[in-house]
Amino acid sequence: MSVIGKYFIFLGTLFGKGEKLSVYWRRLMEECVGIGVSSIFIVAIVSTFIGAVSCIQTAYNLVSPIIPISTVALIVRDMEILELAPTITCIVLAGKVGSNIASELGTMRITEQIDALEVMGINSSSYLVLPKVVAAMLTFPMLVIFSAFLGILGGYLAGTLTGVITERDYLYGIRDSFVPYNIFFMCVKPFVFGFLIASISSFKGFFTSGGALEVGKASTQAVTNSCISILVADYLLAQLLL
Amino acid sequence: MIEINNISKAFNGKAVLKEISAQFQKGETNLIIGGSGTGKSVLLKCMIGLVKPDQGNVLYNGRDFYNCDKETQQSIRREMGVLFQGGALFDSKTVEENVRFPLDMLTSQSTEEKQERVAFCLQRVGLEQAAKRMPSEISGGMKKRVGIARAIVMNPAYLFCDEPNSGLDPLTSVKIDELIKEITDEYQITTIIITHDMNSVMEIGQNIMFLYQGDKLWEGVNSEITKTTVPELKEFLFSNKLLREMQG
Repeated sequence: MSVIGKYFIFLGTLFGKGEKLSVYWRRLMEECVGIGVSSIFIVAIVSTFIGAVSCIQTAYNLVSPIIPISTVALIVRDMEILELAPTITCIVLAGKVGSNIASELGTMRITEQIDALEVMGINSSSYLVLPKVVAAMLTFPMLVIFSAFLGILGGYLAGTLTGVITERDYLYGIRDSFVPYNIFFMCVKPFVFGFLIASISSFKGFFTSGGALEVGKASTQAVTNSCISILVADYLLAQLLL
Repeated sequence: MIEINNISKAFNGKAVLKEISAQFQKGETNLIIGGSGTGKSVLLKCMIGLVKPDQGNVLYNGRDFYNCDKETQQSIRREMGVLFQGGALFDSKTVEENVRFPLDMLTSQSTEEKQERVAFCLQRVGLEQAAKRMPSEISGGMKKRVGIARAIVMNPAYLFCDEPNSGLDPLTSVKIDELIKEITDEYQITTIIITHDMNSVMEIGQNIMFLYQGDKLWEGVNSEITKTTVPELKEFLFSNKLLREMQG
């Protein structure tokens, strides 16, 4: 409980005395590149293959003659939009971005770089962490939209190239019974998950003490705690918004 | 002038500093010496506001750092320059950007003014050639010098150095000591150095304070230190075989 309390106090310090807006803007752009742009490759690889595998496995399970084959594409689309793109992508990002944030801040802590900021009178948590949190909340939804697109594209490529489904059936299936609200739901999830990943990982890294071993531990805890929080938040969001 | 009065600090019930009082004069290099784990770094952190003491106060030209409003505390912080043990340079920034960082964050100077000041500080520590290099591309001694440049870029009234010679070869250590002494004399800064380097004690120690297990056991100037009768200080000073033989 005390750790949760400390986490909320830490979140409060992010909005304490701040620096010049131009400083935050520059930091935000740096973090958007560091968190968002540098994650495009891994997101693209993971999403395309997950989409491809989803298509083939769904087709393998749908053997009933009364279910039209275009249903495979419909299932791939809804799985991608509702769960795979937002949740799996964010779990992958928790590993990549979360560990990066925790180890960066942990190293800054043990090498006294954070102390140097505090001695200068700079709100170190606000300067270092707030841009990371905002950047994650801005770039994660974009990455998830990209992921959903590539996942559906991956399903199309795997399905049509292996002959599991025709191009016509796939295109019909992904447009069939489409619910636009699901897109909104897909974008809300990474917005929340981005906040959780960036803030939890920053919290773990920011309060690291000791040496290289502790930085490694903080990084591992950041990923573990971020993944757990994503799963809990995923369930809560599904209950609240669907 | 910096004045500390009855500074005490304990961690988990274990006293690390016990009612330490001292005065550090302007334009002097004040050394705090003692073995590892005697509370030197904790005392420094209490003085610069990174660790709040359990009791006592720290006065900067009469301004109580822990009992003043936020603006005063902020203005005191801006008069401080700190050289951390490892340099504490920002890994993602070049040498030049590291030195310019306090100016970017805390002043509204124009780009030209900042460039001029950074160039001057780098030239002062002899690193104008390394301006575009990253901290990972420079040696330990150079990192310390960049740390000094960053510490003096805001024209500090108080300079704090945490073990400026640690991890350096004897020749580089002497150069760093000389640089700190020159800067102290030149800008009339109140300089406080945490060290256990005996060469620094003898070369630049104008006012020396010896800590032992959280207590201040001795205070004086470097010319008197070898004549001490305090057994703990004698043991600290003459721990080296060569020095023991020289003492006779």
